Amino acid sequence: MISIHLILFLAFGIVAVAGAVNLLVQRHPINSALSLIAVMAALAGEYLLLGAEFVAAVQVIVYAGAIMVLFVFTIMLLNAGVEERTKGSRVAFLFGIPGMLLGSVLIAWVLIRHSGTEAVPVGALPGPPNVIGELLFHEFLLPFEITSILILVAIMGAVVLASKPTTPGGGPARKVKD
Amino acid sequence: MPIGPYILASVIKSAIVLGVLLTAVAYTVWLERKVVGHMQNRWGPTRVGPFGLLQPLADGAKFLFKEDLTPPHVYKPLYIAAPMIAVVFALTSIAVIPFGNPVVIDGYLIPLQITTDVNIGLLLILGVTSIGVYGVALAGWSSNNKYSLLGGLRASAQMVSYEIALGLSLVGVLIMAGSFSLNDIVAAQGGHFWGFIPRWNIIPQFVGFFCYLMAAYAETNRIPFDLPEAETELVAGYHTEYSAMKFAMFFMAEYANMITVACVATLLFLGGWHGPISGPPVLRAILPLFWFGAKVFVFLFLYIWVRGTLPRFRYDQLMAFGWKFLLPLAIVNLIGTAIAVAW
Repeated sequence: MISIHLILFLAFGIVAVAGAVNLLVQRHPINSALSLIAVMAALAGEYLLLGAEFVAAVQVIVYAGAIMVLFVFTIMLLNAGVEERTKGSRVAFLFGIPGMLLGSVLIAWVLIRHSGTEAVPVGALPGPPNVIGELLFHEFLLPFEITSILILVAIMGAVVLASKPTTPGGGPARKVKD
Repeated sequence: MPIGPYILASVIKSAIVLGVLLTAVAYTVWLERKVVGHMQNRWGPTRVGPFGLLQPLADGAKFLFKEDLTPPHVYKPLYIAAPMIAVVFALTSIAVIPFGNPVVIDGYLIPLQITTDVNIGLLLILGVTSIGVYGVALAGWSSNNKYSLLGGLRASAQMVSYEIALGLSLVGVLIMAGSFSLNDIVAAQGGHFWGFIPRWNIIPQFVGFFCYLMAAYAETNRIPFDLPEAETELVAGYHTEYSAMKFAMFFMAEYANMITVACVATLLFLGGWHGPISGPPVLRAILPLFWFGAKVFVFLFLYIWVRGTLPRFRYDQLMAFGWKFLLPLAIVNLIGTAIAVAW
């Protein structure tokens, strides 16, 4: 008996895989970025099927709505052109493709070995926002706060790297002509 | 509820909501032309029908029969997709908005919204509207025209910046209601303070409401934040190269977004469908819808009023206002609300 869950799972799965393949095949960066958005949206659908509605919503808001907007923004700003095709290195063909296949098989084997082929039951992931809030702010409070400090450090690093270099005296390195 | 009636109810609800929404979009345009006209000592549309009421139909027919130009220098797939993205996501976000308490029809409890009452309703609206920015950004980029590109860049920078303030301004309401479900948020606003002032969130959360109002104007690219289509500098911004129905789709998306924003403001800050209800049972059933519609109308009127009154910001002023004033204000409001609730 094919359930509607299975059909939806396959539909979202196909969209996600097709988007990922399209991301690699497309030659224009903006098409690749848009394919990545389709992948993110399809993943959100899969989360929704598992009953993880909050994760699905956050996936759309954070990845599709914020991070990918910055990607597209950067591509637009730099006006990145069409990617040039090269013949590809022989090393990549000889070792890359077999290595990738081997790696995928290895990961699949480990996953099947350790968690079996049983389907994840609906509602296995924490769904409602209050449950996730409880988990984040009670059980995993320390990792959560440490992560926030890590992100803060990353932001400050980015600001330092992007800001104009200053002289030891603190003034601007370049004389501003007025 | 069995699947058959469920699908039937969903289809009927979708058809009704879409019909009402598209009509509302058309007549918001009419209202804007009329109100702004009167504010500027003009009449606005008067020729087609009484008070120009059939003007939206005439406009629609005109858009359909205009020549649909596609300039030769555009990047065609995205040039065509961009207006579709804009209008689809603008119309989708209305799906989670409840218009009243659930009603019982033929033994089934039917919620007055297209989706069932999910506990992430508000997040869904934020997510869908945040994807809507692609329509504007891609339109600007794919037109391959410097004014369009500038408009698209401005739009995406502006929307990403103000989305943070928009999200934070809503968190105060969420803390007070303790739920993402729009039904719960409205239910939490029933009753009165001291017996006569309605318990609407706009009273304890007026700072949040102010932040929401400002951020929402910026998100929908309306005056005083309509920099992406600033006519004096950018011809028409991101939709310079669009004509006929493709242009109309951007237009529809803008007004549909305005209506969604007005609905969210009504639900979160103005008490949703709560209001004085009395009279015979039929009237009692209709009045909540009436109050909801009336509040949305007031909010839309405010939009138009602001458009008729304020000039446009400069772009650096817009960014400074968003990051240096609105965002800190929203954070202070959030902290204050959290302390008050924890007390």
